[in-house]
Amino acid sequence: MEFLQHKLDNGLEIIAECNPQAYSTALGFFVKAGSRDETDRLNGVSHFLEHMVFKGTPTRTAADVNRELDEIGSMSNAFTTEEQTVYYAAFLPEYQCQAVALLSDILRPSLREEDFAMEKKVILEEIAKYDDQPPYGAHDRCMVAHFQSHPLGRIILGSSQSVSGLTRQQMLDYFRSRYSPSNIVVALTGRVDFPRLIEQLDRCCGAWEPFEAPRQTPPAADHQGFDVYYKESSAQQYIVQIANGPAVEDEQRYAARVLGTVLGDDSGSRLFWELIDTGLAESAALGSYEFQGTGLFMTYLSCAPEDTRANLDAVQRIIQQAERDGVTDEELQQAKSKILSHLVLQSERPANRLFSVGNNWLQHGVYRTVRQTMDRYQQITRDDVHAVLQRYSLSRTTTVTVGPRTEVYGVAARPLPAA
Amino acid sequence: MVNQSIHHHIFDNGLVLLAEPMSWLESAAFALLVPAGCNYDPDEHLGLANLVCEMVQRGCGSRDSRQFINDLELLGADTSASVSNAHTSFGGAMPADSLMQALAIHADVVRRPLLPEDQFEDAQLVCLQEVRSLEDDLPQRVFHQLRQLRYGDPYGRKTCGEFAGVQTATASDVRSFFHETYRPNGAILSVAGNFAWPELQAAVERLFGDWQPRQAAMAVPVPSVETCRQVTVDSSQTHIGIGYASVPYAHTDYFQARGAVGVLSDGMSSRLFTEVRENRGLAYAVFASCHSLPDRGSVLCYAGTSTDRAQETLDVLLAELIKLADGIREDELARLKAKIKSGLVMQQESSSSRSTSIAADWYHLGRVRTMDELVGILDGLSCDSINRYLAEHPPSDFTIATLGVKPLEIPFGIPSAQA
Repeated sequence: MEFLQHKLDNGLEIIAECNPQAYSTALGFFVKAGSRDETDRLNGVSHFLEHMVFKGTPTRTAADVNRELDEIGSMSNAFTTEEQTVYYAAFLPEYQCQAVALLSDILRPSLREEDFAMEKKVILEEIAKYDDQPPYGAHDRCMVAHFQSHPLGRIILGSSQSVSGLTRQQMLDYFRSRYSPSNIVVALTGRVDFPRLIEQLDRCCGAWEPFEAPRQTPPAADHQGFDVYYKESSAQQYIVQIANGPAVEDEQRYAARVLGTVLGDDSGSRLFWELIDTGLAESAALGSYEFQGTGLFMTYLSCAPEDTRANLDAVQRIIQQAERDGVTDEELQQAKSKILSHLVLQSERPANRLFSVGNNWLQHGVYRTVRQTMDRYQQITRDDVHAVLQRYSLSRTTTVTVGPRTEVYGVAARPLPAA
Repeated sequence: MVNQSIHHHIFDNGLVLLAEPMSWLESAAFALLVPAGCNYDPDEHLGLANLVCEMVQRGCGSRDSRQFINDLELLGADTSASVSNAHTSFGGAMPADSLMQALAIHADVVRRPLLPEDQFEDAQLVCLQEVRSLEDDLPQRVFHQLRQLRYGDPYGRKTCGEFAGVQTATASDVRSFFHETYRPNGAILSVAGNFAWPELQAAVERLFGDWQPRQAAMAVPVPSVETCRQVTVDSSQTHIGIGYASVPYAHTDYFQARGAVGVLSDGMSSRLFTEVRENRGLAYAVFASCHSLPDRGSVLCYAGTSTDRAQETLDVLLAELIKLADGIREDELARLKAKIKSGLVMQQESSSSRSTSIAADWYHLGRVRTMDELVGILDGLSCDSINRYLAEHPPSDFTIATLGVKPLEIPFGIPSAQA
């Protein structure tokens, strides 16, 4: 395994974790553009743009892009988060040239008006799809309620109203403000021909004009709230809770992950034994998530509507107990063993490893081997976990629940607004 | 391709052991399929197989339920268990040196579960949660309707069963079901990853060799008389399922049928993606797939679309299915072959996907196809051979299921029943 890196004159960074033994190659363009870079009026434009990138360039129609992606036999896709938009493909090594040519071309899309109108319909269908799917927007609503006017208080997909109102010109302006080569990392994993890659990317992307693409990364204020939304047709009650946690730059994020595993992993955790093993809830999980400038702990719970209050009490009790007594040595060992084994299993496929390598570079500008990441987790002590519990108050949460209950804790349910 | 060796051994008690060593991986994975699927559920206790699956994981051998999960987690084993119509399956991936211990634990699961009566009610609640959560999963529900219409009972059953069936089951029902159906005859244990075949074979002999075979009776098959079911629910989208008869995996023409469905649905240049999503913006999710029982098969299609465009979506879907009989083109087949071949090579990067894949092969064929054989079959596919198959088996006699605010108009005089 060898790590190689290169930077083009326009600032485009290229990194590769090369494994000559691998059967495949994975390639990703990681763009620092997500819902946190939008305004309320432009909400949903990052994700909509991700779709439009597949709609062609001056030399390729949308059908050409789709056909060529299939011709190289690739498993390709893209996704948008609060902080990044990632375009990726996994393919057999002999297709490296074609894949690099195709992906680097579509990253300069034409954004044709007729494609824009058609794809808007698909986005509205995607919003409608999530509208029919548990937890019926509880996650998005909780992010909005918790972060308020902070840039993270925005929904990745946008609302049907904000997406309907978007124009092609607005998307083009947004593209010109975020898709600077200096704001993009090209990452590869698996079997990589690096010299050829550099030469090709210089040819394909070397002329991209760089510009400043600043991002606001304020810390998040502490927020507490409790919102109940009524959805008569739902069989279960869905609950999302958010509390502040370590940011992506914060070394405490490792201990936070360990804490999340002890308290809320989907198996063998405290929430599991109290609520899942007993059949009191359908799911109950807690985990930490990091962003630039701030992070969060999120609890997810789904259960029979009549058990909502008792289960929320139980979650609160479990968190308060941890805040009071910390975690045991046995729990710490077990959580580490799970995290380490997961890291090993996850990194076997270049297509999985790509996201760790690319994400690490985009967020931290560093490369870490699987072994280095494992060592970092291995060093976590009970004191580290307790320090996280002292610094962040997991029991001070913003809560959003959606389901057939007309009230929870005396808070009356409001009708669920349209997505 | 790689130098692939696939071993198999049939023990005297009927248990089939399949093994594919993959020395380049750090992991190993196994799948243990026991012939105890929901097809064996008594009519009055639909969901019993799922309840038994939950109960056998609540302690086994010398471990109570907590020790069971702790031991697996300390091994770094990421395991799961699930019920299908034919089997109850246990499996997981882990660091290679944990394999033998994980197998030993699972020998206890399927042979010496404690079935603790004091945990029966908890287990029952867990299974009831699963039944209730399915109510909120509209795409899954439409698939279940479709399978019921296509296969009748028991092959179209929901694996989680029905509320009443689970609620009225007793601890004694669990014991009886376990003693009748958990047996080596008809069971398949498949292992893939980094291990040595002689050691594995000896370990499995030791763990499972003296497991006693027995006979179990499956529910008597009753075909469905309905071909269309439209259920009214309060939802944003209408969820559409269409099915039609195809050949099963074991049939000599299977790959002709699979090729045709690939042209319909594999990749972004496939016909359904192009006609439904790209050209008309009717849906975000649209796809078709082959589904096989041992003796018959189906093609099952899905699209989720807003209510006011649902009729058009159904009409476009049906038109595309009917048009398939006119034949496929060379370029479509070439792309499909590239995609399937890449997928086959990339399976070599994952012990889990190989372990489940070889077990499925054995269940359907009584043997395992090697990569070379599959590549040979792929190379042998031609437009002529697929078009000949399509001419003989044109998609027709459609089964239709919908879930949405209002029923759709069903063409072709398919009798309609509303629920």
